[in-house]
Amino acid sequence: MSLLEVRDLDVHYGDFQAIYSLDVSLAEGETLAVIGANGAGKSTLMKAIAGLLRPSKGDIQFDGRSVVGTPAFKRVPLGIALTPEGRKIFRSLSVEENLLVGAHTKRKGPWNLKSVYEAFPLVADRKDRLGVNLSGGEQQAAAIGRALMSNPRLLLLDEVSLGLAPVVVEQIYAALPAITSQGTTVLVVEQDVNQSMRVADRIQCLLEGRTVLEGVPFDLSRDQIAAAYFGI
Amino acid sequence: MTEPIVHPGVVHPHVKVRRATKSSWGGLAVVIPVLVILAAGPYIIDRGMQQSLVTLFTLIVLGTMWNLLAGYGGMVSIGQQAYIGIGAYGLVYIADVIGLDPFLAVPVAVVVAGILSLPISFLAFRLSGGYFAIGTWVIAEVLKLITTQIPALGGGSGISLTAFSDFSPGRRIAYVYWLSLAAVVIAVAVTYWIMRSRLGLGFTAIRDDAVAAASLGVRVTRSKRFVFVIAAMGSALAGGMIAANTLRVTPDSVYSVSYSAFMIFIVVIGGIGTIEGPIVGAIVFFGLQQWLSDLGSWYLIIIGVLAIVITLFLPKGLWGLISGNGRIRLFPVGYRLESPLERFSLAAKAAAPKE
Amino acid sequence: MQWLNAVIQGVLLGGLYALLAAGLSLMFGVMRIVNLAHGVLAIVAAYIGLVFVENVGISPFLAIVLVVPIMALVGYLLQWGLLNRAISKGGLAPLLVTFGLAVVLTQLLQERFTADTQAIQIGALGTDSITISDNISIGLFPLMTFVVGVLVIAALQLFISKAPLGRAMRATSDDVDTVMLMGIDNRQVYALSTALALATVGLAGMFIGMRTQFSPTFGDAMLIFAFEAVIIGGLGSLWGTLAGGMVLGIAQTIGAQVNPSYGVLFGHLVFLAILAFRPTGLLPKAVTA
Repeated sequence: MSLLEVRDLDVHYGDFQAIYSLDVSLAEGETLAVIGANGAGKSTLMKAIAGLLRPSKGDIQFDGRSVVGTPAFKRVPLGIALTPEGRKIFRSLSVEENLLVGAHTKRKGPWNLKSVYEAFPLVADRKDRLGVNLSGGEQQAAAIGRALMSNPRLLLLDEVSLGLAPVVVEQIYAALPAITSQGTTVLVVEQDVNQSMRVADRIQCLLEGRTVLEGVPFDLSRDQIAAAYFGI
Repeated sequence: MTEPIVHPGVVHPHVKVRRATKSSWGGLAVVIPVLVILAAGPYIIDRGMQQSLVTLFTLIVLGTMWNLLAGYGGMVSIGQQAYIGIGAYGLVYIADVIGLDPFLAVPVAVVVAGILSLPISFLAFRLSGGYFAIGTWVIAEVLKLITTQIPALGGGSGISLTAFSDFSPGRRIAYVYWLSLAAVVIAVAVTYWIMRSRLGLGFTAIRDDAVAAASLGVRVTRSKRFVFVIAAMGSALAGGMIAANTLRVTPDSVYSVSYSAFMIFIVVIGGIGTIEGPIVGAIVFFGLQQWLSDLGSWYLIIIGVLAIVITLFLPKGLWGLISGNGRIRLFPVGYRLESPLERFSLAAKAAAPKE
Repeated sequence: MQWLNAVIQGVLLGGLYALLAAGLSLMFGVMRIVNLAHGVLAIVAAYIGLVFVENVGISPFLAIVLVVPIMALVGYLLQWGLLNRAISKGGLAPLLVTFGLAVVLTQLLQERFTADTQAIQIGALGTDSITISDNISIGLFPLMTFVVGVLVIAALQLFISKAPLGRAMRATSDDVDTVMLMGIDNRQVYALSTALALATVGLAGMFIGMRTQFSPTFGDAMLIFAFEAVIIGGLGSLWGTLAGGMVLGIAQTIGAQVNPSYGVLFGHLVFLAILAFRPTGLLPKAVTA
């Protein structure tokens, strides 16, 4: 039974079409990595699933019911949480306050301040620091923690590695097993192909708004992926 | 290597950049006769009506200036009455005390207002948005309070304009009428000229994205300051018209924030961001004022509610409605691309003119 | 000594101005709206209180207990009914709508209550005072107003810092799109902020009505004083608004001491001086979102 079902999706920015008839499917507990170059439509897809963008065509089904008409703030209580591109930590709030805001919907689950601090010691160390004073890696960890605080069934991670040093990216992805072991379904959007190969159960590669490659990391060769990624 | 696609029969379509549209030439054909008829006013209509029309012309000037500030410059001011006051008191002081011919005194007062508005702009620009708006009001209040303290200007009870006492009432009213008509033409012409120029194009860019505009070399602050000074001068011109029409100025009447209310309602109802809008708005406002004058303060309540409703549901105002959102332009300030192929393309006909 | 007296009066007046300005500061902080109807709404509250006291016959302090929640409800409905729409329209719409509202409300008050000045009678409390020395006495009611002003600012500050809704307001102010990802409806946050803001405005309006004669056009001056207190104190800081209110109050009382008609003018001049030489205000917020 798939938790997330995206069917025949079109998304426009004004006159510009970013996604063409896209299908994405995610089973509960799975980790899917959506990869592709800049402008492939990956973040657009995430925003549409989270409710920040309205598709011009197609359907998004979460746990069997269509959420296309549901505004973003109502999708969080359903169990969808997005860690947005650019982290978007609240600048004037402390780290702990950011996490507490994330818990606004009070969904039941394993994630609370204590468990988030355990999974991300980096965040625990900085809990009283203001958002504006955090480094990129600290912000990213805090943003993921903040999304977890709503105890989502589906966690959307948008461009976690963007602008971060490889060492920091590794540290952040090291926490992923703690998340998936709870049964959380994860959709990761990444430009860093290697990292996504390591954590994903399945890979879907987008190019200019369309799927060009799908498969299990084990079955896909480096050359295949490179070809799909760059559209050669 | 792909071959360019060529339409049979047309090798190089000439694409022209046009400023005027059919409707703008048509507009000119209407505006000029109207001006001629209005200019003949003192020979055709009675004095009371002339004075009424002067009030209408004053509203058009004020609306045009407020629209220049807000619709093009993006600055909401509720303090233009500061310059109305400078214009009115300036006329009285320069004509009565200094003794200059009153018809020369008006331009001098306008220039004085422009000069004063320059240092004021440096203060006011430290604020933005709603705080800028209230700030302009505070400045107007300061000018009012200072004026009230000056005995030579009549203090709190005001002062009368005597420079016209040489003229017979009929003559005076006629001259003030022509002065006001000229003021309208000047105000609208100046606004039109500004908006047609590079400055106007810059404002359209600033309106869309100030940072991007600045990065392209648009001098944002300097442009805004220029418009601020022009609007001050235009408001002072209106102040002169008011003083010449009523012959009496008091601090409370001439520095009244009601003028700001009128200006805002005129522009919002008529249509913000176009030259035609404030003219339409002033006519409608003036009409409503006359028609509803028996209802006391209800007329202002009705107009206020109308302004709120239009802001939320009809943001382009009455002119936007009439002109089909920019399809008709009496005062062409935009640019249009015109290609001969357009004649054959139904789609091009249906598209709104690009700005 | 008279000057010391004037300063003390100014400080106490500042408490009232801070109480008045708190709501303006709050609304701007959360949703970047400058509510041009702020001043007239305070006067609306004063008139509601007047009606309760004169027509229903209750004490002014009981009237406060009624007026404050009424104004909170007014704020909530105003935001949902009018201002949320104006915000989503964007651009100049919020300013134009609040301005139109200010004019409409002032004229409605004028229709109902005429332009005559009135006051909410508080009897002896209005003239009672505590005598400190030969030349210095502190009015009991102004002192009470000052204390209420400080308490409200402190309570608001506490609410913003510690309460979940206060946190949601700060987050909404920082980034309205991301706050939706937290499951928060920003329109509801706006409505609750306005409700809170107008509750303080209601309180301020009552104290103004009990302190002085007022009329429908009083709202103009109230808006200007609230605005000056906020700017002098520095944007984004409630304690700054308190400081700004006191500076404004002192400027006005000292001006009035120099010459009875100079009071308000001195306040304006101090405001302009701050604008010229220290535009960020006395205690501006450290982090700007």
